Amino acid sequence: MVINVGSLGRSGLRDFVLQRVSAVVLGLYGLCITGFFATTPAMDHGALVGFMDSVTMKVFTTLAVVSLAMHAWVGMWTVGTDYIRRHYFGRGHTVYLAVYQLVCLGTIFVYVLWPLSVVWRLGGLAA
Amino acid sequence: MQISVYRFDPDKDEPPRMEDVELDLPEGRDLMVLDVLELLKAQDPSIAYRRSCREGVCGSDGINMNGRNGLACITPVSEAAPRGKLTLRPLPGLPVVRDLVVDMSQFYRQYEKITPWLVNDTPPPAQERLQMPEEREKLNGLYECILCACCSTACPSFWWNPDKFVGPAGLLQAYRFLADSRDTATAERLAALEDPFSVFRCRGIMNCVSVCPKGLNPTRAIGKIRTMLLSQGI
Amino acid sequence: MEFDGVIVGGGGAGMRAALQLAQSGSKTAVLSKVFPTRSHTVSAQGGIAAAIASEDPDDEWRWHMYDTVKGSDYIGDQDAIEYMCRVGPQAVYELEHMGMPFTRTERGRIYQRPFGGHSLGFGKGGQASRACAAEDRTGHALLHTLYQNNLKAGTTFLNEWFAIDLVVNPDGAVCGLVALEIESGQVVFVKSKATVLATGGAGRIFATTTNALMNTGDGIGMALRAGLPVQDIEMWQFHPTGIHQAGVLVTEGCRGEGGYLVNKDGERFMERYAPTAKDLAGRDVVARSMIQEIMDGRGAGPDGDHVLLKLDHLGEETILKRLPGITELSKTFAHVNPARDPIPVVPTCHYMMGGIPTNVHGQVLTVASEGNDAVVGGLYAIGEVACVSVHGANRLGANSLLDLVVFGRAAGIHIEEAIRQGIGHRDPTDEDVDNASGRLARWNESTDGESVADLRRELQRIMLVNFNVFRSGDHMRRSIGELAELRGRIAKAHLPDKSRVFNTARLEALELDNLLEVAEATAIVAQARTESRGAHARDDYTERDDDNWLCHSLYFASDKRVAKRAVNFAPETVEAFQPMARTY
Repeated sequence: MVINVGSLGRSGLRDFVLQRVSAVVLGLYGLCITGFFATTPAMDHGALVGFMDSVTMKVFTTLAVVSLAMHAWVGMWTVGTDYIRRHYFGRGHTVYLAVYQLVCLGTIFVYVLWPLSVVWRLGGLAA
Repeated sequence: MQISVYRFDPDKDEPPRMEDVELDLPEGRDLMVLDVLELLKAQDPSIAYRRSCREGVCGSDGINMNGRNGLACITPVSEAAPRGKLTLRPLPGLPVVRDLVVDMSQFYRQYEKITPWLVNDTPPPAQERLQMPEEREKLNGLYECILCACCSTACPSFWWNPDKFVGPAGLLQAYRFLADSRDTATAERLAALEDPFSVFRCRGIMNCVSVCPKGLNPTRAIGKIRTMLLSQGI
Repeated sequence: MEFDGVIVGGGGAGMRAALQLAQSGSKTAVLSKVFPTRSHTVSAQGGIAAAIASEDPDDEWRWHMYDTVKGSDYIGDQDAIEYMCRVGPQAVYELEHMGMPFTRTERGRIYQRPFGGHSLGFGKGGQASRACAAEDRTGHALLHTLYQNNLKAGTTFLNEWFAIDLVVNPDGAVCGLVALEIESGQVVFVKSKATVLATGGAGRIFATTTNALMNTGDGIGMALRAGLPVQDIEMWQFHPTGIHQAGVLVTEGCRGEGGYLVNKDGERFMERYAPTAKDLAGRDVVARSMIQEIMDGRGAGPDGDHVLLKLDHLGEETILKRLPGITELSKTFAHVNPARDPIPVVPTCHYMMGGIPTNVHGQVLTVASEGNDAVVGGLYAIGEVACVSVHGANRLGANSLLDLVVFGRAAGIHIEEAIRQGIGHRDPTDEDVDNASGRLARWNESTDGESVADLRRELQRIMLVNFNVFRSGDHMRRSIGELAELRGRIAKAHLPDKSRVFNTARLEALELDNLLEVAEATAIVAQARTESRGAHARDDYTERDDDNWLCHSLYFASDKRVAKRAVNFAPETVEAFQPMARTY
């Protein structure tokens, strides 16, 4: 998936669509979570695990996490190419840009792995 | 009147400076900013700026007046400097050649990039190609651009990526040809704009719309290009 | 720097010629003191005349030719007018094929509007709609289209280069020119097989004009200094509708769409002066009538010094649809919304009918020792700077854009053919090149003297007062003396700023030299032409004098001499139109 995301730089149209589709997914996911919190009077760990434990929620969460990753990558890549330019950073700007992008990718990678590992172990914990 | 003008002559090797001038303006007339520049130049011939038609059609005298881009010849002093002090600077975001004159080659290069001519691969008829009034109507608000660069130099995305982002002026013209019923190169034109920089660096902040001295709307044109790209991509 | 063809000037004529030449594969350069789309063609509004028979299905080029000959007050060359009107439709279709965004009719054809002096059926069939229009921005649409197609054709653009003078070798042939790259200040000899002057008009010899600030007659100055004559230079068109005080043009298309002029009493006074054509009579006729109204005390405004152009009866929708640019200009420069209030207008210097004499191929002509026309080797002139002559003593509205594209194209075709036949570069001597940069050196070495701005103001005042719509012998005679004196002062004037980079003070000094050449030529010939014809109206010779002056004037600057040249009355395919009394 990272390889896939890494090649996004080539098509502005795909980036544009991805950002909008991922934003819609995140919006829906946000609504879903907010709805759960609002309709659950006695919130505790058990209630949360119970809610997240269904296959539907696991898939939905996975989708949201992946959307967040893609959304973040497109956004951060854009910000990087706006500001990390030769005009400000001199000849070495490509090196700075590469480092910046690696840091972004690494961070995004961690933020994908961590929630996914939590979500997909949920069933095991409950059992 | 208090006037502050940006001065820079590369041969004098000094950093750019703001020069303050006190100028007596003729009473009873609301001068245009260009008239003020002409009065200044009669006093000090060394001040450099571009100008020609003095009626807002040729696009020579785009400058930054009290922080806002516009054409000096059709901007009344009262509008540019409502609080009485007029500050004149070159258009932002382009290299300064001298005083209020900027190097516009980057801007023109972006215009040239969008294939700014009609492409029609069918042999021309003996008379004109027919175009219905409603088809022609689509070119209104597009073909009137005078290439003054007020819009592109007010656009942060153009400041950041002047070599890659086509900018509002170029994109307005890109859409002018996409919208022309006589043009047959739609697919090629769209393909050339599909990368992440040419069109998609537009963030829709509409600085271009707010400064355009001809009242044109590049943001709308960019939106239409995006829609065309989308419907073609799906 | 070497090219097959160098075109000096990036307006409609220059870019049309460049396009023709570049498409043929020749190494072509356009050298322009401004970026091409800033050329003054951009300000043309109403239309380009051509008998394409869109609005009037029976319209034909012979009627257009008749109107143009009559409009010229019979000193337009009929072979050239025939060529222009005959090729006109083709030239307009080519523009359309290039992408020019013409307004359209319901059937999808090019929209044409009525313009002054254009008629059907040799003046007997009523008003013609012959001006092909792109709203009221025809010049803008045309100029941008030509620039775009030159980009496509690979023309080299030397943008922001200022032409100083022609380089002429001892045989009198032109080898190229010396030019100044404005941004760097570098002076360069640009060598070319064919040099084309397309430098436009010189309306800035007048204090008020519809012309751009850069219309300083650079080509006329260059030709006169090179020892070449200018023709009919006394003929200056005053456009009836320049915005009062600002001088900004309001298109004749306003009257074509149904607007009309009123005096302070609200009377449509043109009905008295031109009962048939009314507000769409020839421009010289309308301008004189307006001045007459003002002189008779019927001018509008607190000073009674202008008349009013009424448009509100057309309705806001028509005005916005057909005249959007005018609405903008009126609001900006007259603080008037034409949909509600009339626009204050006054006849304003607009167009130079005279210029460098050429044949229909754009080749520059001079007079050989035995008195015949002689072609100047390597030199062409097209557009407003040229006098081919299709406008004679008075140009019809919408004929200027046609002149540009037809003769730009013709010159391009001729140069293309000449290059195919193998004309080569001519080699000038070092002295020839030095001669061409002499005046630049003069300014650069000046140490003190009067300022360019003051002298220019003085020149413009003299011309405005003495060479306006009505001219008087006494005033003209006096002003010739004033101009001679001014020449002495300009020769000693001072350029204080000698800096290198983008020195616009230096350009204005060089332009002043050219303004002076045009002004003095105008004055001397205007005084010499002892008759009233077309735009040249004298109060001491009020009648047209066909016995003595049914001819072109020629002016030579070296000895300030005025000569006469025969008008062409030999069109190829139609009978010549003989002079008649000119009524509208």
